[in-house]
Amino acid sequence: MIRLEKINKIYNSGENETHVLKDISFEIKKGEFVAITGPSGSGKSTIMHIIGALDSPTTGKYFLDDQDISLKTDDELADIRKNKIGFVFQSFNLLPRTSVLRNVMLPLIYAGIPKEKRYEMAASALESAGLEKNRWHHFSNQLSGGQMQRVAIARALVNNPSIILADEPTGNLDTKTGEIVLKTFRDLNKQYGHTIVLITHEKEIAEKADRIIFIKDGTII
Amino acid sequence: MFLSDLYNETISAVLSNKARSGLTILGVVIGIASVIAMIAVGQGAQKSVEESIQSMGSNLLEISPGVSSNKTGGVSQGRGSAQTLTYQDSLDIAEQISSIKAVAAELVSRYQINFKGNNTNAQVVGTVPSYVVINDLNLELGSFLSDQDINNKNRVAIIGSGIRDDLFGEGVNPIGQKIKINATTEFKIVGVLEETESGGVFGSQDNMVIIPISTAQTYLSNVSYVSSINVQTETQEDLSLVEKEITELLLIKHNIISADEADFSITNQADLIEAASSTTQTFTLLLATIAGISLLVGGIGIMNMMLTAVTERTREIGLRKSIGAKRKEINNQFLAESITLTVIGGVLGIILGWFISFIISKFGGIATNISAYSIVLAFGVSMIVGIIFGYYPAKRASKLNPIDALKYE
Repeated sequence: MIRLEKINKIYNSGENETHVLKDISFEIKKGEFVAITGPSGSGKSTIMHIIGALDSPTTGKYFLDDQDISLKTDDELADIRKNKIGFVFQSFNLLPRTSVLRNVMLPLIYAGIPKEKRYEMAASALESAGLEKNRWHHFSNQLSGGQMQRVAIARALVNNPSIILADEPTGNLDTKTGEIVLKTFRDLNKQYGHTIVLITHEKEIAEKADRIIFIKDGTII
Repeated sequence: MFLSDLYNETISAVLSNKARSGLTILGVVIGIASVIAMIAVGQGAQKSVEESIQSMGSNLLEISPGVSSNKTGGVSQGRGSAQTLTYQDSLDIAEQISSIKAVAAELVSRYQINFKGNNTNAQVVGTVPSYVVINDLNLELGSFLSDQDINNKNRVAIIGSGIRDDLFGEGVNPIGQKIKINATTEFKIVGVLEETESGGVFGSQDNMVIIPISTAQTYLSNVSYVSSINVQTETQEDLSLVEKEITELLLIKHNIISADEADFSITNQADLIEAASSTTQTFTLLLATIAGISLLVGGIGIMNMMLTAVTERTREIGLRKSIGAKRKEINNQFLAESITLTVIGGVLGIILGWFISFIISKFGGIATNISAYSIVLAFGVSMIVGIIFGYYPAKRASKLNPIDALKYE
C-alpha cells in the first residue's frame, strides 16, 4: 500500500545543496508493523514527512494506496493527510486546556464528520488506544505522559486512516511507559490490523516491530 | 469544516486566554464607545443649533438699515442705528414683490412702563398686524393689532405675560386697563401674549410690549425710520430670489447705483442655518476623527494579540495542518477570532457609548443625539477593523509550513 520508487530529496538545490535522500525505494504492505530507524541526520524524518504527505520528494514517485502523491498541491496533500494518515508525535501535540474527547474529535472537524457521529468514533478510538473511560473528560494537560500519548494515538486512529505514522512516540516517556505505548501499537496492529510505521533512533524500540528499515546517510542499508 | 465547528473553535480560542482577550476587547470597546459618544455630542449640537434657528421662524429675511459690511472705509455707525429704512419701504416691498407671505416693519426701543404704583422696563416694539404671523406668536387674551390701529395711530398695546405678571399680578386679566409708556403716553391694553416655553433665544417675548408702528413713531420716538423690516416668504426656496428682488427694489427707491453702496443689508435665514450647520458638521467630524484614532489603536491591539497568538500557537497550527486542515480553514479560524473580538468589542462599545452620551446629556447639560446611522457605522467599522487587522496574522498562520510548525519550540 505504501510504495516509494527512487525517492530523492535535495534541499537548497544549487551551490549549497544537501542530498538528504538518495534513491530510496521500499514497500510497506497493508497490516505491517514497520520501524524506520537510523542515527540522527540519517534522513529518516524526511522519509516520514514524505510518507506522511507533509512534504514532496524532489524526484521519484510515492504511491499511497496505488495513488501517486508525489506531485500534489498543498490542499490535495491536506486531503490525503486527513483521510489516509494518522500522526503520533514525540511531544504528543495535544491542545492544552481542552478535554480528551475534544482532542480526539479534532480531526473529525476537518473531515466534516457530522456531530452526532463524532462521539461514537472518538469513544471507539479511545477504547482501541486503551485509555480508561474515567479520563475522557479530563483536560489533556491533567494526564500523565503515557495517557497523553494514548490520547494522541486515539486521535491518530479516529478517522480510520490507512497508516499510522509514529515519530519517536516513546521519546518523551520513561522506559516503562514507553513499553506500554509500544504494546498499544502492537495490539492495534495485531487486533485491529492497522498498518503502523514507527520512526525511532532507538534500536531496542525498533526491534519491537515486525520489520526494520535501516537508513544511514540517506540510503537504506 | 462546519460553520458551527468554526464557531466552537473560535469561542474556545477566545476563552482560552480570557485576560488577554478581555484587554484586547477593551481597546475596541473604548474606540467604538468614543466614536458613538463623540458623534452623539456633535449631532446633538447640530440639532440644537438648527432647532434654535428654526424657532425664530422659518423662511425669514431680515432687512437692517445701515451700510453693508463689505463696504470699506468710512466710519460705520453700526447696524440698526442708521435711519435709512422707512415704514414706506416695507409697504412697497409688500406691494411690489411676489412670493411674500408677510412683511413687518419694526421700531424697537426700551421704555419704562407704569401701571399705577408698579413699573418695569421693557422692550417696546412698534409694528404691524403681520408681526404675529412672522414671529409665530399666540395670544392668551384679547386681540392683536388691527389695520385701523395703524391707520388711526391708536394708543393700544399688547403685552407679554411677564409684563402682565409684573404690573398686574399673575393670572389677572388686564384687558382694558391703561398703562403709561415713557411716563407720558397712555396705552390701552388690548391683548396679552401667551407665555413662551423656553423664553426664546434673543430676549423673551414675555417681556415685550407691542404697539402700532405709527403710534410708536408719532408719540414715542418722534422719528420716521424703522429699526428693521422682516419679510417672510411663501417657501424656503423663494428666499434667495426674494432677497435679490428686495435688494433691487430698495436700491432704486434709495437712488443707489451699485449694490456695494447699499444703505441696508439683508440677512437670509437659510444662510444662517447653513453656516451654523456647517460649523457643527465640522465639529462632529473633528470629534469623530479623534474617536477614530482611538478605534485605530484598538485595531492595532487586535493585530498585536493575533500575531502573538499565531506565534504562540505555531505548534497547534502545525498539528491542525498535519491532521488535514487546509490553508483556508486555518485562515478562516484566525480571521473569525479577530472578528469575534471586535464584534464583542463593538457591541459593548455601542452600549458604553450610549451610556456615556446619556451621562453627558444628563449631567453635562449638552444635548446628545444617537442616530441609528452612528450605531450601524460603529458596528460596521468594528467588523472591518477585525477583518483588516486580523487579515495579516491569519495569512501568516495559514502559510506556516506544517513541518517547521510542528518542530517549533
